[in-house]
Amino acid sequence: MSSKRTIKVDYLARVEGEGAMHVDIKDGKVEDVKLKIFEPPRFFEAFLRGRDFREVPDITARICGICPIAYELGASYAMEDLCGVKVEGPLRALRRLIYNGEWIESHVLHLAMLHAPDFLGYEDAIAMAKDHPDVVKSALRLKKIGNDIMVLLGGREIHPINLKVGGFYKVPTKKELRTLLDDLKWGRDAAIEIGKLVSTFTFPELELDYEFIAMSHLDEYAIIEGQLISNKGLDIPIREYDNHLVESHVEHSTSLHTNVKGRGTAHVGPLARFNLNFEQLPELAKNVSQEIGLGRHCNNPFKSIMIRAVEVVAAFDESIKIIEDYEEPDRPSVDVHPRAGTGYGCTEAPRGICYHRYTIDDAGIVQDAKIVSPTAVNQPTIEKDLWHFVQSNIDLPDEKLQWHCEQAIRNYDPCISCSCHFLKLTVNRR
Amino acid sequence: MKKVIGIGNVFRQDDGVGPFVIQRLKERGGFAGVELIQDSGESFRLLEAWKDASLVILVDAVLSGRSSGDIVRLDVGVDPIPKELFPCSTHAFSLAETIELARSLDQLPAKMIVYGIEGKNFEPGEGLSSEVETVVENVIELILEDV
Repeated sequence: MSSKRTIKVDYLARVEGEGAMHVDIKDGKVEDVKLKIFEPPRFFEAFLRGRDFREVPDITARICGICPIAYELGASYAMEDLCGVKVEGPLRALRRLIYNGEWIESHVLHLAMLHAPDFLGYEDAIAMAKDHPDVVKSALRLKKIGNDIMVLLGGREIHPINLKVGGFYKVPTKKELRTLLDDLKWGRDAAIEIGKLVSTFTFPELELDYEFIAMSHLDEYAIIEGQLISNKGLDIPIREYDNHLVESHVEHSTSLHTNVKGRGTAHVGPLARFNLNFEQLPELAKNVSQEIGLGRHCNNPFKSIMIRAVEVVAAFDESIKIIEDYEEPDRPSVDVHPRAGTGYGCTEAPRGICYHRYTIDDAGIVQDAKIVSPTAVNQPTIEKDLWHFVQSNIDLPDEKLQWHCEQAIRNYDPCISCSCHFLKLTVNRR
Repeated sequence: MKKVIGIGNVFRQDDGVGPFVIQRLKERGGFAGVELIQDSGESFRLLEAWKDASLVILVDAVLSGRSSGDIVRLDVGVDPIPKELFPCSTHAFSLAETIELARSLDQLPAKMIVYGIEGKNFEPGEGLSSEVETVVENVIELILEDV
């Protein structure tokens, strides 16, 4: 007699956007796993055509309310690549600073408010807050500091309006930046405490042979610039992205799936960055990762919560340094004049690499656009994780299996709205 | 400090009724000791805005199946906020969740009133539907009684 089990989540909570998960199990074997994304397509690439190249950062910022900087800067770098311009010195430092703000607010929200309840056995952060008010209060303050950086440099925390191709519309004074220092120093210590706390969680076992892909830069933990590298030999400039990473449409998702040509799925985000770029982390963050038992390599995506905490420490630490070293630039931006051609940009959004490619004409009008969000790259990897996790834990009761499956999806902090071009969970047992 | 916070997006027609109410209150010259705030409803900024307030009045559009223009008044100290009234969020936490989070953290102001106004049109665009616009003055009268 054959038996079939179905585990389904029709609407996944604590992720950004709309999606569902469906798992079919027949005679004790996983038969199918589908991460279904039904967030409507966004059509950004289509309606960017015909727009002036200078408008693109502000338009693409609207792709995401949590990681707008990834889109604004990815687009800006692509346009600057195209027009032969480099943004350096204090302007570049300010770009790292605002990106750190985005990492802080996004990572803290996810690790403390969305993912931690999975490990502590709470339905949500509201239930968790009753028993762990100090943790939640600390997380709220940390997130607010991230937001404060965004507001000071970007004009507002959601869809900042002060960034442009070539730099900023207005840059802060030394004095204005220094108003953040006390909070940042408090935040650096508080982030270390959060790291210690999450290291005490129990982590389900899951270790697969991933191809980790991240940006890499000799002198810094890459966020805004670098080569694209992987643990399987990829080492390319951004402009060669399309020769190595390919997108395909799958029926159950409005988000395109990305694969590495000839090899298969890719894993981007905190694990990839940490494993490929550990040496470039600030000393303090390296020490914290040793202290909380992460070491220097991690293959278990459930431990991404620890790595996010280490990255938050790094973001605070670097932000303090940037502000202490800041010298006001002569001008808030570099002049950028359009020329016909194709430009490429890629930055490390909190969830992983975010790729942009634009073609413009001599007048600076966009002829073609391609944007690949990190969730689009991670989506097939999440399905692979679920497949292995369910198969290895097939004897768990449905309710527990479902809990861990949702937790496994949140390992990737999927930003479904961004990727749509997503969560419900169904597990079918036969 | 008393605060009236109008939540919504003015470029989503009736979703903008919260900010619209604030605008009308400002046109009346506001009132002493009451801060008038327009906000997109980002949960963490709201939590921050509620700190140190003695009274907070929130005005937001709802889509709950009632008749367009219907006004729901909730006293947060007395009523738990029904999730189905404010299920939507651009981000991680809806208004109902934000209020319940504040309650868990003992961060609710001494008194909090929520006005939910049933909207009709939430598509991109400016301006309120006639059903919603006609009840704005009624909401304002209720707010004036509260403050």
